Amino acid sequence: MNARKKDSEMTDQATRAAGPVPSPQRAVRDVPDVPKEPVFTTQDLNIHYGDFHAVTDVSMEFGKNEITALIGPSGCGKSTVLRCLNRMNDLIPTARVSGEVRYHGIELYGPKIDPIEVRRRIGMVFQKANPFPKSIYDNIAYGPRVTGMKVDSMDDLVEQTLRRAALWDEVKDKLKQNAYGLSGGQQQRLCIARAIATNPDVVLMDEPCSALDPIATLRIEELMAELRESYTIIIVTHNMQQAARVSDRTAFFTVKVNETTGDRTGGLVEFDRTTTIFENPSDQRTEGYISGRFG
Amino acid sequence: MRQSGRTRVAVDAARASASTLERRGIDVKGELFRAVLLFCVVIGVVMLATLLIYVTIAGWPRLDVNLFTQMPSTRDPQTSGFLPAIVGTIYVMFGVLITTVPIGVSAAIYLEEYADASKWYNRFIETNIQNLAAVPSIVFGILGLAFIVRGPWGLGFVAFAGSLTLMMMVLPTVIIASREAIRGVPSTLRQASLGLGATRWQTVSRQVLPVAFPGVLTGTILAMSRAIGETAPLLLVGATTFVRFLPEGLFEGAYSVMTVQIFQWAMRPQEEFRTLAAAGSIVLVALLLLMNSVAIWLRNKYSREY
Ligand SMILES: Nc1ncnc2c1ncn2[C@@H]1O[C@H](COP(=O)(O)OP(=O)(O)OP(=O)(O)O)[C@@H](O)[C@H]1O
Ligand SMILES: [Mg+2]
Repeated sequence: MNARKKDSEMTDQATRAAGPVPSPQRAVRDVPDVPKEPVFTTQDLNIHYGDFHAVTDVSMEFGKNEITALIGPSGCGKSTVLRCLNRMNDLIPTARVSGEVRYHGIELYGPKIDPIEVRRRIGMVFQKANPFPKSIYDNIAYGPRVTGMKVDSMDDLVEQTLRRAALWDEVKDKLKQNAYGLSGGQQQRLCIARAIATNPDVVLMDEPCSALDPIATLRIEELMAELRESYTIIIVTHNMQQAARVSDRTAFFTVKVNETTGDRTGGLVEFDRTTTIFENPSDQRTEGYISGRFG
Repeated sequence: MRQSGRTRVAVDAARASASTLERRGIDVKGELFRAVLLFCVVIGVVMLATLLIYVTIAGWPRLDVNLFTQMPSTRDPQTSGFLPAIVGTIYVMFGVLITTVPIGVSAAIYLEEYADASKWYNRFIETNIQNLAAVPSIVFGILGLAFIVRGPWGLGFVAFAGSLTLMMMVLPTVIIASREAIRGVPSTLRQASLGLGATRWQTVSRQVLPVAFPGVLTGTILAMSRAIGETAPLLLVGATTFVRFLPEGLFEGAYSVMTVQIFQWAMRPQEEFRTLAAAGSIVLVALLLLMNSVAIWLRNKYSREY
């Protein structure tokens, strides 16, 4: 826990040291004012861990086939919000979610919702690559197998998935070898491939590149840009250039301190098109954070 | 980084003390402590070695084929053997294995993966498993006699009664070892599996258990080796019978086991039977050492994987 915190703080510093954030360089995509078709809509979302109020009153929308980036200083609740979107928070006994989270209009925390079904549609990629200690092939095939997906040929599915994840050429000769033999960047791309093997609707990524070198990072960013055509992607990142490069929309979170009680809680400060957030933010705190003056 | 005044003072102090780093005579207390510790280790090793050497010398003359192939006989110690006891031990241990592993591993899975530690009954179970591991084995013998041989189960004095009695005794060991093995499985693996939409059971059976398997196996072997060397509880649940025939099965007929047979030979006044008992002990000790070595080997082989 501690180590992780330190890790991300260091990323913060690295980002700051790198100087002013360049404005997005890719071809400007036409991003509408508000998402045309929201996949998730949250309304006054609050998340507690026991008595600790981790996230307060988040209301935002995540658009279909868009990449939404969540940025903000360490501990502001980005991972907490992300995990809440595929009900991974259910696995933390103390976590409690209140307010509204709608997925295609359906209340995600409704009494009849099966969290397992939710996770089948909303895949997740973690900060640290966590392949199964099995073969590359079995890593990809695991999702389709456990979800009982009907496939004509598992071999074809594995190949297609690896091709979509731009990993096929690197691993096609060692599909039966243990995934632990891959490099860190390849392992992370395998995890992305594994997440899309079941053909989910949304892919959530929690700092997927924080343990990777710039080249491996770039490959994953390219991959995300391709995957956007078929999936909705939500990514947490500490790397502001990355948010600027890949995302369509950016949400800036921060830790808000209650003046009288001293309580700290995470909250959404500003949510807008990425170009707006980085070029013309309307909140002082956003501007401070992205220019490295605050965080 | 700029050095504050205080940091500079501290650095200077550290440099200054470097000149006083040389040894200042012998640390008497430290050396004494070391000697006492070493002495204790030596006592343990010497005792074990003496025991092994003594048993080997005493039993050597009878460490022959007859030992493994002959029925016991009270008249002719030269051709007397352990065959029914060996077969009986195999029966009893087989019974222990097939009951302890499923029950122990299931209990461990429940406690690690499903139990909500905030519920009083789960904490109650946990504490009592720890307590159970400390109960003297003879108590399990009494329990076995009252509930398994007689009473509600009424199996009679058969091999499986012995198995169930030993099962009660070693179950806590298997549960505790399996829990540790399961707890050692990184939680990132569970998250990866659950994140793909696997159910909890799929996650446990396909990801957690295979990784925990070597640890479970190690615990099981250690538990088995404890059970195989046990005598007291078995004396109460039927293994006392002096049998000159092979046990008919797990659920019928009298049976004996190695330890009890050794005990019986050792109680006889004639020297030849004592030799026989020592020979039997060699076999048992060799078996135990082998089982423990396999357990240690397994642990070392798999411990560095994650
Ligand atoms: N399992 C948990 N139990 C209790 N508190 C938690 C738990 N997970 C997170 N928190 C707390 O909730 C707050 C938000 O944590 P979260 O991990 O969402 O932050 P984050 O924005 O992702 O930070 P980072 O950038 O360091 O990953 C923090 O104060 C953290 O200590
Ligand atoms: Mg986080």
